[in-house]
Amino acid sequence: MDPVRKRKIRLVVALSAAVLLAAGLVYTSFSASTEAREPSEVIGSGSGETYDLTGKVVPGTIERTDEKLDFRISDRDGSDALPVTYTGTVPDPFRDGREVIVTGKLEGGTFVAEHDSLITKCPSKFQDEAEADPEHVIIE
Amino acid sequence: MIELGQAALAASLLTAIFAAGAAIYGAISGDRRWVDSSRRAVYAMAALTTTSVVVLEAAFLRDDFSFSVVASHSSTTTPTIYKLTAMWSSQEGSLLLWAWVLSLAASAVLYLTRRRHRELVPWATAVLAGLGTFFIALMLFKAHPFHQLSPAPAEGQGLTPLLRNWAMVIHPPMLYTGYVMLSVPFAFAIAALIIRKLDASWLRTTRRFALAAWTFLATGLLLGAFWSYNELGWGGYWAWDPVENAALMPWLITTAYLHSIMVQERRGMLKVWNVSLICGAFVLALLGTFLVRSGILESIHAFGASTVGTPLLVLIGLVAIGSTLLIASRVDDLRPERRIDSLLSRESIFLVNNLLLVGMTLIILWGTLFPIISDVVGEERNFAEPLFNQLTRPLAVLLVLFTGVGPLIAWGKLSGTALRRMFLWPAAAAAAAALVLRLVTDAADNPWALVLFAFAAFTLVALGQELWRAGASRRSLTGESFARAFPRAVSRNRRRYGGYVAHAGLVVLLVGVAASSSFQTNRDLRLNVGESAQVGDYTVTYESFSADPETERIAFNAVLDVDKGGEDYALLAPARNYYPTMDPSVGPLGRYFEGEATSEIGLKSGAGSDFWTAFQPDLSTLQPEIERGNTLLADTGAAAQGIAILALTEEYAKSPPPATFRVIVNPLVAWVWIGALVALAGAAFAIWPTAEARRRVRAAYEAKLGRELKRA
Amino acid sequence: MEFLLALAIIVLVAAFVTVPLRRRAGWGEGDPFEAERAELDARKQVKYREIRDAEADRASGKLSEEDFARLDRELRAEAIAILRRLDKLDRDEESRRPAG
Repeated sequence: MDPVRKRKIRLVVALSAAVLLAAGLVYTSFSASTEAREPSEVIGSGSGETYDLTGKVVPGTIERTDEKLDFRISDRDGSDALPVTYTGTVPDPFRDGREVIVTGKLEGGTFVAEHDSLITKCPSKFQDEAEADPEHVIIE
Repeated sequence: MIELGQAALAASLLTAIFAAGAAIYGAISGDRRWVDSSRRAVYAMAALTTTSVVVLEAAFLRDDFSFSVVASHSSTTTPTIYKLTAMWSSQEGSLLLWAWVLSLAASAVLYLTRRRHRELVPWATAVLAGLGTFFIALMLFKAHPFHQLSPAPAEGQGLTPLLRNWAMVIHPPMLYTGYVMLSVPFAFAIAALIIRKLDASWLRTTRRFALAAWTFLATGLLLGAFWSYNELGWGGYWAWDPVENAALMPWLITTAYLHSIMVQERRGMLKVWNVSLICGAFVLALLGTFLVRSGILESIHAFGASTVGTPLLVLIGLVAIGSTLLIASRVDDLRPERRIDSLLSRESIFLVNNLLLVGMTLIILWGTLFPIISDVVGEERNFAEPLFNQLTRPLAVLLVLFTGVGPLIAWGKLSGTALRRMFLWPAAAAAAAALVLRLVTDAADNPWALVLFAFAAFTLVALGQELWRAGASRRSLTGESFARAFPRAVSRNRRRYGGYVAHAGLVVLLVGVAASSSFQTNRDLRLNVGESAQVGDYTVTYESFSADPETERIAFNAVLDVDKGGEDYALLAPARNYYPTMDPSVGPLGRYFEGEATSEIGLKSGAGSDFWTAFQPDLSTLQPEIERGNTLLADTGAAAQGIAILALTEEYAKSPPPATFRVIVNPLVAWVWIGALVALAGAAFAIWPTAEARRRVRAAYEAKLGRELKRA
Repeated sequence: MEFLLALAIIVLVAAFVTVPLRRRAGWGEGDPFEAERAELDARKQVKYREIRDAEADRASGKLSEEDFARLDRELRAEAIAILRRLDKLDRDEESRRPAG
C-alpha cells in the first residue's frame, strides 16, 4: 500500500477511536454522575430518590447529638432551608455559612445523608467568601 | 509606604507596556537598540514589582492595618512566619505574586538569551511583557493590593487557621511559580510561530524552564496533598477537588510535553503537537488561576461577584483562540522532517504515553467543568470522586506499563529481534510480583490494583536494568570498576538518568496511591476515656483528655494508646483546635467555639502502613453552659470572658463526654511521599547543567574567538 | 505625594531603560549568522549523541546488528550533511566579510 493512503487510513482509525472514546466519556458522565439539587428544588418532591444536595449551612442550626450531626441547608441565596441528618466524618472547614454537598435521600421532610458523604468546598476559596462576608464590611 | 508600593506598581505597568512595544518595534524595524531597551524594561519591571512585594511584606510584618489586605489577612497575634506568607492567601497578594514571579522569570530568560536567538527573543519579550501588562493592570484596576483603610483598624482579622501549616506556606508560591515558568516556553513557542523559525531552537532554549515548571508544579501538588492528609482531618490526600485538578492538569500536559520535545529534537517530528501542548499547558495554567480565583465552580451564579473573573476569562479565550489560529496558519512550516516508520520504536512509545497523559487531562478537564456543562445543558450534576477514579484508573495503569517499555526500546526503525532479551527480566518480575501478591496477600480482591502492582514491578526492574547497563557498558568500555563507572556514566547524561529516577519515583508513588486507596480500613470510634476498641490488628485505647486554652485558640487534646498484636505500637495525641471568631452574633462565650476549628491529627507512619487518627470532641454538653454564659457575660469585658472560658474548659476536661475518633489504617501511604521525593530528586538531577553542557558553551565561545581572530 | 513618587520612579526607570536608545545606531550589530550557526551546532551535538546512543544500544543488545548497521549509516549521513552546512556557513561568512 502506498504510504499516503496508509497514513490516511491511520488518521481515520485514530479519529474514530477518539470520537468513540469521547462519546463513551460523555455517556458515562451523564449516567454515573449524581444529580445536584438545591433545597428549593427538593422541598415538596417525593422521597426515595438519591441525589446530591448542595447549598449553604444555615448559621446557628448545627447540632451534634452523639454520633449524629443535624443541620439545615439553604439555597445559596439563603432561602428554603431543609433539615439534614448526617453521620460520619465532618471535614474541618465545615461551619456556619459554608457551601456543602451531601449525598442522600429525602425521608419524611428530612434529608437523610449517606455515611461520610459530606463535602465542604475547598478552603482555597476563603478569600472570595470573606469578600462577601458581612463581618468584612465592619472593618472597612 | 503605601504610596511607594502603588507608585512602583503603576510604574511597572508602564515598563511592561514599553517593553512589549519596544520589542515589537525592534523586531519589525530590525533596530537592535529597541530590543536591548525592551530587555532593560523587563529588568526594570522585575525591580519595580520586587519593590511592591517588599512594601507589602513589610506592611504585613509591621502589622500596618492601613493596608486593607493586611487588615483582612493578618493580625498582631499571627505568628511571624504566617505574617510573611499571608500575602498569597489573598487575591490581591496572589496576583502580585504572579506578576512578580513572571517578571523574574522573564528577566532570567532574557538575560540568558541576551546574545542569542536574535530573531526569537524580541517576540518572546513582547509575549512575556504583554502577560505582565495584563496581570499588573488587573491589580491596578481590579484587585487593588495597595488599597488604603482610613482610619486604620486597630486589629486585623488574622489568617484562616486552616492555612497555618508549613506545607501551606510554600504550596501556593510553588504552584504559581510553576504556572509562571510555563509562560517562558509558551512565549518562545509563539515567537517561533510568528517568525516561522520552527526548528528545535525554541525548544532547546526553554527546555530547562519547562522542566523547572514541572518540578515546581509537582512540588506544589505534593505539598497540597501532604497538607490535606495532615491538616484537613478527613484522612485523604486527594479528592479531585477543582482546585487540585487545576494544578494537576497543566502538570500532566507538561509531562507529555517534556517527552514529546525529545522526539522533535532527535527526529524532527511532532512539531504541531509540541506547540499545541505548550500552548495547552499554558492555557490550563491560566485556567487554574481562573478556577481558583473566580469562584465559578462554587456556582456559576456567584461568578459575577469576583472582580478578576471576567478579565481572566477574556485572557484565556484570547490565548487559546490566538494560539490556535497562529498554529493553523503555520501548518506548512510545521511539517515533520520525517514520519514514524515503525510502531516498535522509542518515538512511538512516547507518542502512546503522550496520548495517555493528554487523555487523562481531557477526562479531568471534562469532570472539573462538568457541573457547569450539565447546568448549561440541563440540570446541574456532580462529577464525584468515584467517577474520576473509575475513568482515570485504566489510563494510570497503562501509563505505569509504558513508562517501563519506553527505555527498553531504541529510537528509530527496529526489526524486533533484540527485544526478547530486553523484556525478559522485567516481564519475569511482573509475573512474579503478580503471583506472590495473589498468593500471599488479598491484592486480588482489587484486580486493577493487582495489575498496577505487576506493571510497577515490570517498570522498576526495567529502569533498574537500564541504570545497571549504563554502568556496565562504561565499565567494559573503559575498564573502570563498576563503582567508578556507574556515577560517571550517569552524570554524562543527566537528562536521561534523572528522568529514569523520576519515573521510578512516580511509579512508586502510584503504587502507594493504589494500595492506600484500595486497601484502607477506616472506622469511626466513639469512646469514653479509658475505653478501648479493635480496628483490624490494632487495639485503640482512649487514655486521657486535656484542655489547653490559649489566646490564639483553645486546644482539646486526646491521648490514644495503640497496641498492635498485644504489643505497644504508638502513643498518639490527636487534638482539635478552636479558633475564636469576631462574629458578635454567637455571644461572648459562643464565639470561642463557633469559629474555625482545625484538627491536629495523630499519625504513626510506617513503611508498611500508616495509622492515622483524628479527634472530634463532643461539644454538645458544653452548649447549655455556653448559652448561660452568653446571657450572663453579655456586657462584661474580655478579662471576665477569658476567666469564664478557663473555668468552662477546666470543668469540661474533668469529665469529658465520649468523643469520636476517625481511625484509618492506610497501607503503603508513606510511599506516596517517598516516591514523590524521589521523582523530584530525579528532576532536580536532570535540570542541573552537565559538565558536558558547560564544556560545550566554552567550546562555542572558543570557536567564536577563533573566527573573530581570523577576521581581524 | 503619590504622584511625585511615581514621577521620580519613572524618571529613574526611563534613564535606565533608554540607555541603548541613546547610543549610535548600528552599534551592537551581532553576528548575522549567529542564529543559524547555533542551530546547526546544536543539531550536530544531538546527532553525535544519537550516534553514541545507537552504539550503546547495540552494546546493550537493544539493537540487533542489522538494525544498528542501517541506523548508524543513516545517522552518519545526517551528521555529515550538518557538517557540510556548517562549513558552507563559514565560507559564506568569509566572503561576506568586508574587504580590508
